[in-house]
Amino acid sequence: MISNRRKLFLWTVRGGMWLATAITGALALFLMGYVLFRGVPNITWELLSTSPSYLSGRIGILPDILNTVYIIIAALVVVIPLGVGAAVYLTEYASNKRLVGVIEYAAEALSGIPSIIYGLVGMLVFSNNMGTSLLAGALTLVIMNLPTVMRNTQESLKTVPQSYREGAFGLGAGKWRVIRTVVLPGCVDGVVTGCILSVGRILGESAALLFTAGFAHAANGFWEGLRSAGATLTVALYVYAKEQGEFGAAFAIAAILMVLAFAINMAAGMVTNKFQRSKK
Amino acid sequence: MNEIITVRDLCLWYGQTQALKHISMSIPEHSITALIGPSGCGKSTFLKTLNRMNDLIPGVKITGRAEYAGQNIFEAEVSRLRREVGMVFQKPNPFPMSIYDNVAYGPRTHGVRGRQQLDGIVEESLRDAAIWEEVKDRLKKNALGLSGGQQQRLCIARALAVKPSVLLMDEPTSALDPISTLKIEELAVKLKEKYTIVIVTHNMQQALRISDRTAFFLLGELVEYGETEQVFSRPVDRRTEDYVTGRFG
Repeated sequence: MISNRRKLFLWTVRGGMWLATAITGALALFLMGYVLFRGVPNITWELLSTSPSYLSGRIGILPDILNTVYIIIAALVVVIPLGVGAAVYLTEYASNKRLVGVIEYAAEALSGIPSIIYGLVGMLVFSNNMGTSLLAGALTLVIMNLPTVMRNTQESLKTVPQSYREGAFGLGAGKWRVIRTVVLPGCVDGVVTGCILSVGRILGESAALLFTAGFAHAANGFWEGLRSAGATLTVALYVYAKEQGEFGAAFAIAAILMVLAFAINMAAGMVTNKFQRSKK
Repeated sequence: MNEIITVRDLCLWYGQTQALKHISMSIPEHSITALIGPSGCGKSTFLKTLNRMNDLIPGVKITGRAEYAGQNIFEAEVSRLRREVGMVFQKPNPFPMSIYDNVAYGPRTHGVRGRQQLDGIVEESLRDAAIWEEVKDRLKKNALGLSGGQQQRLCIARALAVKPSVLLMDEPTSALDPISTLKIEELAVKLKEKYTIVIVTHNMQQALRISDRTAFFLLGELVEYGETEQVFSRPVDRRTEDYVTGRFG
């Protein structure tokens, strides 16, 4: 038999854990509910489709949306070949396993560094040489996301069965042909997952961009946009809330970002599931 | 019979461990040679030396001579060597692509591009591997959807598609059920008319059923090598007798 004291103790522990769960859930729901409640009513077509104008006192976040899209595209275009290339080299070619270990460790450590440090370095290395611009911001984001893309690709490369490589070598295929036809198709899932995670991170990044990409709200074409300074959605959120007291616009952006973050998480989960099923 | 593979005084080390000790043997054309012996005896290592699959393992050192059709295996261009000396692996390992693309992989690797030519090679190889009738209506389907036995015959077709002279088989039936095993064995016997087969097997009955010659390996040494019938019924070496009669292994 369990003593009454023991029973009381067990019930207290269980109750405590229930409470912790309830508080966690309530906080998450409250935060989401609050942001949506304050943000959604402020999302109007005019807000989404126009540039801000001081003359008419209009607030529009079209330039910020465009800037976000541009910076994501620019960062991915650079980070995918770099990350995938490095991953393939480290997994398939590099013979010095200790050096590989050191690089992998460094990459892990790199992804844990606070993003404001990337911003500081990015400002000194990129912005001070090419001017505060979306391109400088994108290059800073490349450094930030390189480890993510590289590590995801690497992990995925390691799941390509050795027997595929042996089969291909056994038919007289050379190293590069084996990689191109058998190994790379097998690691598409890792590349895609790495990219989705990177997009999520870029979407939510503000600290590194405050230093490097600037605050302008001008709607530009892609190339023009990359050359000029510009605020992404998160930076715009900061500016509207902190410097202009426009909380309506800030919460509208917050709600949009939150929904996008949800979508990205779901996409990452779906990609992982889909590929796991097809790999069996 | 002509000898297609000749090995003289072959030694092989994995790092500090010697896996093969002074192996000398000749393998005649159009025959099935079985390599038997307990796990870790070096028979698979020996097999993989013949098309240099051991090159993929770091730290391997080899001394001695091995010749394929009068040509030094260790100096041959590896891509050409593996085309001549094909391999079928222990576990069926079709690529995750269509049945057609699996068989066409080898020819494409070696520069065959023409659609009609590829079609011809694919059909001929699948027929030779006794799987054409089963897959001819679903060549575009993913090969991973086939059963284990079918996958292994597909892998044999894939190996045949580059027109090798020698087919190395590394325990090709150890992952298969008895009926699939029987099919592969029948296939091997049929294939020796066109090809030379060297097969590693753990299954003594299999060696007895299909092979013309048998080589018994123990602890990296070639203990006995001769006509299969003789090795099993009148072994010269005491250790061979103990092994084939099931006293150890």
